[in-house]
Amino acid sequence: MTDAPAKSGGTFSENILHFARALRRAGLPVGPGRIIEAIRAVETAGIQRRDDFYWTLHAVFVNRRDQRDIFDQAFHVFWRNPELLKKMMEMMLPTSFLETVKDDNQKQISRRLSEALAPSEAPNNPEDPTSEEIEINATLTASDNELLQSKDFESMSAVEMAEAKKAIATMRLPIMDVKTRRQHADLRAGNIDMRRTLRASLRSGGATIPLRFKSRVTRRPPLVILCDISGSMTQYSRMLLHFMHALTNDRDRVHTFVFGTRLTNITRYMRYRDVDAALEAVSEQVEDWSGGTRIGATIKEFNKYWSRRVLGQGAVTLLISDGLDRDAGEGLGVEMERLHKSCRQLIWLNPLLRYQGFEPRSKGVKAILPHVDQFRTIHNLNSLKDLSAILSSPMEVHIDRRSFAA
Amino acid sequence: MSNSLPQTIDAIQDMLKKANYVADRSLATVLYLSLKMQRPLFLEGEAGVGKTEIAKVLAEQLGRPLIRLQCYEGLDISSAVYEWNYARQMIEIRLAEATETANRDSLGSDIFSERFLIKRPLLKALENSGGGAPVLLIDELDRTDEPFEAYLLEILSDFQVTIPEFGTIRAEEPPIVIITSNRTREIHDALKRRCLYHWVDYPDAAREKEIISLKLPGADARLSEQIVLFVQALRKDPNLFKLPGIAESLDWTTALTELDVISLDPDVINDTLGVLLKYQDDIVKIQGSEAAEIITQINREIGTR
Repeated sequence: MTDAPAKSGGTFSENILHFARALRRAGLPVGPGRIIEAIRAVETAGIQRRDDFYWTLHAVFVNRRDQRDIFDQAFHVFWRNPELLKKMMEMMLPTSFLETVKDDNQKQISRRLSEALAPSEAPNNPEDPTSEEIEINATLTASDNELLQSKDFESMSAVEMAEAKKAIATMRLPIMDVKTRRQHADLRAGNIDMRRTLRASLRSGGATIPLRFKSRVTRRPPLVILCDISGSMTQYSRMLLHFMHALTNDRDRVHTFVFGTRLTNITRYMRYRDVDAALEAVSEQVEDWSGGTRIGATIKEFNKYWSRRVLGQGAVTLLISDGLDRDAGEGLGVEMERLHKSCRQLIWLNPLLRYQGFEPRSKGVKAILPHVDQFRTIHNLNSLKDLSAILSSPMEVHIDRRSFAA
Repeated sequence: MSNSLPQTIDAIQDMLKKANYVADRSLATVLYLSLKMQRPLFLEGEAGVGKTEIAKVLAEQLGRPLIRLQCYEGLDISSAVYEWNYARQMIEIRLAEATETANRDSLGSDIFSERFLIKRPLLKALENSGGGAPVLLIDELDRTDEPFEAYLLEILSDFQVTIPEFGTIRAEEPPIVIITSNRTREIHDALKRRCLYHWVDYPDAAREKEIISLKLPGADARLSEQIVLFVQALRKDPNLFKLPGIAESLDWTTALTELDVISLDPDVINDTLGVLLKYQDDIVKIQGSEAAEIITQINREIGTR
C-alpha cells in the first residue's frame, strides 16, 4: 500500500473509526483489523462517488446478510451530517446524540441502532419495578434474578425445582453419531493410510513396510430445536429452556428456536454459559410468551427462512410442542411434511402424552403425527432421562409410530 | 504482469459488460477492491444469481487460468491441496534397495520431493504458469465441513500451503480468489474476516431484461419483457419455497424460444413451469388460475406503457 494515510489526513480516518465504533455498538463484529482494512479500502476505491463509498465500507464491515439493514441505516444517519465530528463529540459526552439526530431527520431509526448511537445508560437499577413486567411469584422466588420463576412447573416446590434444574444441567442428549467422509489415524482397523505407512517405512530405510491404518470419523449431527412457548405449554417451557441450554452448551452445531404466534431464533442467547443470563436474554427477546400458538404459520416461516440454513449436513430436529394449534392445523400438514423431508430425523416431544389414553383428537396433533419419526413424552425429569437413552440407540430400530396407550 | 488489472471501478463495469455480465455498481466496487487489495472475495446469495459466473468472466477477461474447487462434505487435503504419489514412491524405494545407491537419510528427502507431489487445485492456484496469477474459484464452500474451512485460513490470509514433509509453498503473486456460498450454513467469521463480503441479490426488472437480451440475443423482445415481469412477480410471492434465479429465467427464455412461443399465455406457462420452479408444491401453487392472474396483470402493465 502507498503512504496514503498521511495524505488523506487524520480526520477522515477518524470518522471511519467513529463510524466503525457506532457499528460495533450496534452489534456488528467490527474489530481494529476491520477498521484498518476499511481505511485502506476507502483509500483504494476513492471517495468520488457516494455509492462507491457505501459499497466499499459495506464490503469490509458487513459479513452476513442480516447485518445489512443495520449498516444501511447507520451509514445514512452517520454520513449525512456535515457537522459529523462535532456530533460525535457530543455522543461521547453525556448529552444525547440521538436527540440531535432525531431533530435533523424524522426518519425512523431502528431500536438497535439508536441504542448504539445513544450514550450508554447507567446500569439499570435492579430494584426498578418497571423494568420487569413479568409477575414474580414471591413464594417461589429464590432470588431476584429468577425472572421467569412464575413460568415453572406448578406442582413443584422451589427446592424441588432447584434440584430439577441441577439435574437438567448435567443432562446429555447422545443422539447417535453419524459417519462423516473424513478419516483419521487408527491404530488397528480401517483402510491403509499410505502416507503414514510410507513414512513409517522410511524410518527403517525402506526395508520393511509396517502398515498404518485410518478409519472414518464419526461426529454428532447438527441439532435443531423448535420449542413451543405458548400458553398451553407454560408449565413446561421454563424447564425445557434449561434443558435446551444444557444441550446447547454440551455440543456444537445446535440451533434453538422458540415459537408461539411467531418464530424467534434464540441460538445466540442460549450459548451464554450462565443459564440465568441466557434465560434473561431470551425473555427479553421473545415477545409472545404464553400467548396463542400458530404452529402451521411458524413452521412455514422456519421452512422458508431457516431450514436451508440450519438443516444442512443431516440435522436432527426436535419439535417440542403439545400440538394444540390456534389455527386448527390449517396448512400444518404440508409444512410438517416439508420439515420432515428436510432433516435426517424428526423427533416430536409432547408433554401431553403422559396422560393415560391420550388420543390425537386435536387437528394439530393429527396433522403433525404422520410426519414424525419418533413421538415421545417430555413432562418430568425421568422422561428427559429416558429420552437420552432412546435417542442414543441407532435410529432404524425406532421408526415406529408409538401406540397411544402410554 | 501480462494482463493488467482494470484501474477504476468504471473499467471493471465495462469489462464485465464486455463479457455479457451485467453487474450493478456495488458488485463492480467490491470486485475492484478485491483485485486491488488482493483480498479474497466472498460471494453469498441464492442459487442461480450468477456467483460462479463472476469467476469465469473474470478469468476470461483477464486472460488468467481458472482453477475451480468444487466443495463437498468430507473434502480433505488429499483431494483439495496435494497428495503424494505413493506408487512411484514405493518403486523408488525398491530401486534404491536393489541398486543399493542411496543411504537412508537422502532416501527420505528424495521420496518426499516435488517429483512425487501430485498437485490438487489449491496448490496449483499458488503457482504462476505465466500470464499472471490464476483465478481460484472455491465453489459452494457451505457444502464442506468446518475442518476444511479452518484449513483454508492459511491459504487465504498468507497465500501459502505448508506440507509437513516438504516445507512451505508460497505464491509469488497471490491468486484472485472468489469464494461462493449458498448459505446452507453459516461460514465461520474467522474465514469471512479475511475476505471482502458481498451478497448477490436477484436483479431488478431492468437489469434482468438486460441480462436476457445480452445472453440470448435471439429472444423476442416482447416475450422477454413478459418473462422478466412474470419472474419478478414470482419472486414477490410469499408462498413459494424456492424462488427462481436468473439462471432459471434464462433457461425459461431459451425453452420458450425453442418452442416458438411469441407471447406468454396460461397454457404455455402451465406446460413449461417446470423449467422455472423446481418444487412440486410451488408448481401446483402457481399453475392454473394464479399464473393466469399474473399474466393478465403483466399484459395490462405492458399495455399502459
